[in-house]
Amino acid sequence: MPMRLATIDADYFADERDADLQVVGTPAPRADARGHVMGQTQYFEDVHYPGMTHLKMHRSTRHHALIRGVDTAPALEVPGVLRVLTWRDVPNNWYTILRLIGVEPDDEPVLAEDRVLYMGEPICAVVAETEAAAREGASRIRVDYEELPAVFDVEEALRPETIVVNPRHGHNYFTYEGHNCRRIRFGDIEKGFAEADQIFEFTYQSSPIEHAPLETTGCIVKPEADGRLKIHSDTQACYFTLDNTALTLGIPFNRLRVIGGTVGGGFGGKVDVMVEPIACIAAQLTNRPVKYVYSRAEEMQVSSPRAAERIIIKDGVTNDGRILARKITLYVDAGAYSRHSPYGTTKAAAHMPGPYTIPNVWVDAYCVYTNRTPSSAMRGFGVTIADFALESQMDRVAKALGIDPLVMRLQNAYRDGDMKAHRKLVEGAALIEVMQRAAELVEHELPAAYRAMSSTDGRGA
Amino acid sequence: MASTIVQLTVNGQDAEFLAKPGTTLLMALRENLGLTAAKRGCAQGTCGTCDVIVDGRVVPSCLIPVETIVGAAVETLEGLADGNALSPLQAAFVEGFATQCGFCTPGMLMSATALLAENPAPTRGDVVRAISGNVCRCTGYEAIVDAILDGAARARAASTAAAD
Amino acid sequence: MARLRGRGFAAVNYPTGMNLGGDPSQALIHSTTTGTFVITLSSVDLGQGLKTVVAQCAAETLGLPLEMILVDTADTDTGPHCMGTFASRGTHRVGNAVIMAAREAREIMLEVAAEELEVDAADLETDGTGFIKLKGSEEKKIHVVDLALAAHFKQGKTISGRGIFLKPKSEPVPETGEMDPDSCQAHACTVAEVEVDDETGIVEVLNMYNVYEMGRALNPAMAHQQIVGGAWMGISHALFETTEPYYPDRAHGPTDYSEYLMPGPADLAAMESVILERPAANGPYGGKGIGEMTANSPIPAIANAIYDACGVRVESMPFTPEKILRGLDALRTANA
Repeated sequence: MPMRLATIDADYFADERDADLQVVGTPAPRADARGHVMGQTQYFEDVHYPGMTHLKMHRSTRHHALIRGVDTAPALEVPGVLRVLTWRDVPNNWYTILRLIGVEPDDEPVLAEDRVLYMGEPICAVVAETEAAAREGASRIRVDYEELPAVFDVEEALRPETIVVNPRHGHNYFTYEGHNCRRIRFGDIEKGFAEADQIFEFTYQSSPIEHAPLETTGCIVKPEADGRLKIHSDTQACYFTLDNTALTLGIPFNRLRVIGGTVGGGFGGKVDVMVEPIACIAAQLTNRPVKYVYSRAEEMQVSSPRAAERIIIKDGVTNDGRILARKITLYVDAGAYSRHSPYGTTKAAAHMPGPYTIPNVWVDAYCVYTNRTPSSAMRGFGVTIADFALESQMDRVAKALGIDPLVMRLQNAYRDGDMKAHRKLVEGAALIEVMQRAAELVEHELPAAYRAMSSTDGRGA
Repeated sequence: MASTIVQLTVNGQDAEFLAKPGTTLLMALRENLGLTAAKRGCAQGTCGTCDVIVDGRVVPSCLIPVETIVGAAVETLEGLADGNALSPLQAAFVEGFATQCGFCTPGMLMSATALLAENPAPTRGDVVRAISGNVCRCTGYEAIVDAILDGAARARAASTAAAD
Repeated sequence: MARLRGRGFAAVNYPTGMNLGGDPSQALIHSTTTGTFVITLSSVDLGQGLKTVVAQCAAETLGLPLEMILVDTADTDTGPHCMGTFASRGTHRVGNAVIMAAREAREIMLEVAAEELEVDAADLETDGTGFIKLKGSEEKKIHVVDLALAAHFKQGKTISGRGIFLKPKSEPVPETGEMDPDSCQAHACTVAEVEVDDETGIVEVLNMYNVYEMGRALNPAMAHQQIVGGAWMGISHALFETTEPYYPDRAHGPTDYSEYLMPGPADLAAMESVILERPAANGPYGGKGIGEMTANSPIPAIANAIYDACGVRVESMPFTPEKILRGLDALRTANA
């Protein structure tokens, strides 16, 4: 059976394509396929060391609570349990992953201290001879909680009277250079609405989504003869993991070595550096190899999901389909801690108002803290849910105006030389062409003027 | 409880090892026998990454206490190729770009192998049913289904050629 | 009761590279004694095929067959820095770093060949099969294996190269949001055709048409994998997936694959895909990153197709049967 392949339509942008390539542009066989089908590809968990110990976490059973006390003694009574680690065993307990690129403050503990901010938050790590003993030990730990009100809605979280979720921020939003949100201001939004024939305002919502890679997050840490730690990891970013782990351990960076590069699916879920620091501490304290792998349940409910977002789009349009003004209020539900959400929220703002040239744009993008599992990066970070909102909105406005939905998109599509809302000139645009080709594919009739449009015709605004 | 001596035939070879109570077939394969092709995706029988063939039936090895199948014939992905030569299914997966991250591949291939052993000329629907317990997060399944059908055709062509 | 059909469109763009830049990746490349070029990285392959595509970039730049390239990656003791595999940056960043390293190595390779052949390096070319030859001549040539041996044992030269790609970090202006977030943008238009069962509320995606502009499809087969796999994930996100089905209520979260719903192999839409290529000036051989965006446009395309089919405007993801049925009820009430 012939392999199904996408057609490459070289008629588009023919004069810009280099036709003289030998290897690039060919469907070269995947370098890793043979290993995959032979079962010889080595993932991190395929490494086995004699004397391997196992780490399991005792996690918060409350959404938001103060910790009155922790009793680890019952765990130590389980045969095979070697150590129970608490926050006191973590040299630098507070961190935020993006400290490596200057994001502040350090707002998350490796292990909870006096409070928990989400259900599933790690409190104690149990290291044992077997996985079963580690699991049993973790289940026997007793935590005395004093429950606090939990916040689950982004707009409720932003009300002044709402309890502060994360004391390190002092309020329930991330601060962008003195602002409570990432802002885009382009043109004069009120003037745009005033000039519009019609105004359309709609709200879009998503809920958290799991990456669900077949291989769960995990690592194996092996103390080496020279006193260094070798980390076999399924991280998506080896140095990100190494640098963050060394900072948490308070040791020189060159005491760690990360080996990885072959990962059973990531989709953004393996950039949070959740397992390596505590596994390294366990390996240091026991001087034994340590394996810490998320169970499927942990992967589903404790590892960072794609954030839930609420996006409100208000458009001012002319009756013939030109968008004159677009105001967007976007809330990213970051959960209890920052992780990558402050970055993703800025990325969402930069994506607005979509691939359209709109003279007046206003964006307020909030990164909001709530008492749920911290969200973080996922495939299409900052953009996937925004595109759901933007492209639903385009369809609704077109339908309301009685305009063909592709025609309205073509009318407003950005072209080379246009100015984006974040004040970067458009280059390399091809939105018009993908729509033209899609219309052709499904035999959707476009008026001649729209079939003749081009991203490169220099008629950008 | 004491450990048990477990005897199995694994990929045609006798295997004998000591298993602690509660050891799953998956753990036994990976840790006792060093056969790591079968993967632990969920450890609760819902993803198919640990699928192997036991006495002709494809099973999630994470759910089988190994002491309950003493004497069984177990086939894993490590036994699929003829030495260095890929089986028709394996070749079809490689050439059909049916792998991405590769983590579901061992289970997919074992499910497909069990299917072809029973039904050398499956329909598309047969293939879909056979891998309905195997989750893939990368490919969207289309290339995998195509590759299994292609592998079946290759295997039939090879057996016809051998008969001629 | 009826099964209602509808069609929906969505058109999107997606940025290549870490937002605001500041995300370098490096590559080192060297020839072994027998002319195999080893690319050393610390980059991660999540299954998208980075190891294959960077080898293609190196082979193209060196003018050698793909079989002469090895990729050795992701040991921080040996591999130079890479920011990581995310933000649709791998092909673009690592590809560019590898090309830069391969160019430097190629220059030395040609110098070594020039000395062996006693000609000027500027007059040499690679033939793609492993020979370095004098332009216009069939006789004056040397195979890369002999050339590498000569470099090591006769000329005392290292055939190697260093590469890095860095887009310097942009700092957004707090008041206006002025910033340079991306290296380039890829584009897509998705057309979804759905069938809505107005009795059960179940939505089935029958057909999906995907048109992608990705700069250059460096490996069309792997690009196709991303398109099809991403479209499947988009359908899955649109119709099934969430860890919190009653968001913002935190209860009833799924914990395994039997509770976390995704389409299986029996639920596939028929796909047809077309690739357009408008090379990016700063991309490796023009390539842009499409690994992430392929799940994006299917979602609104499906939402718009549902509206086209039955008049229900879904405003929250996922588009569950319950939401469709409630929408249909609301329409009936409004029309009554």
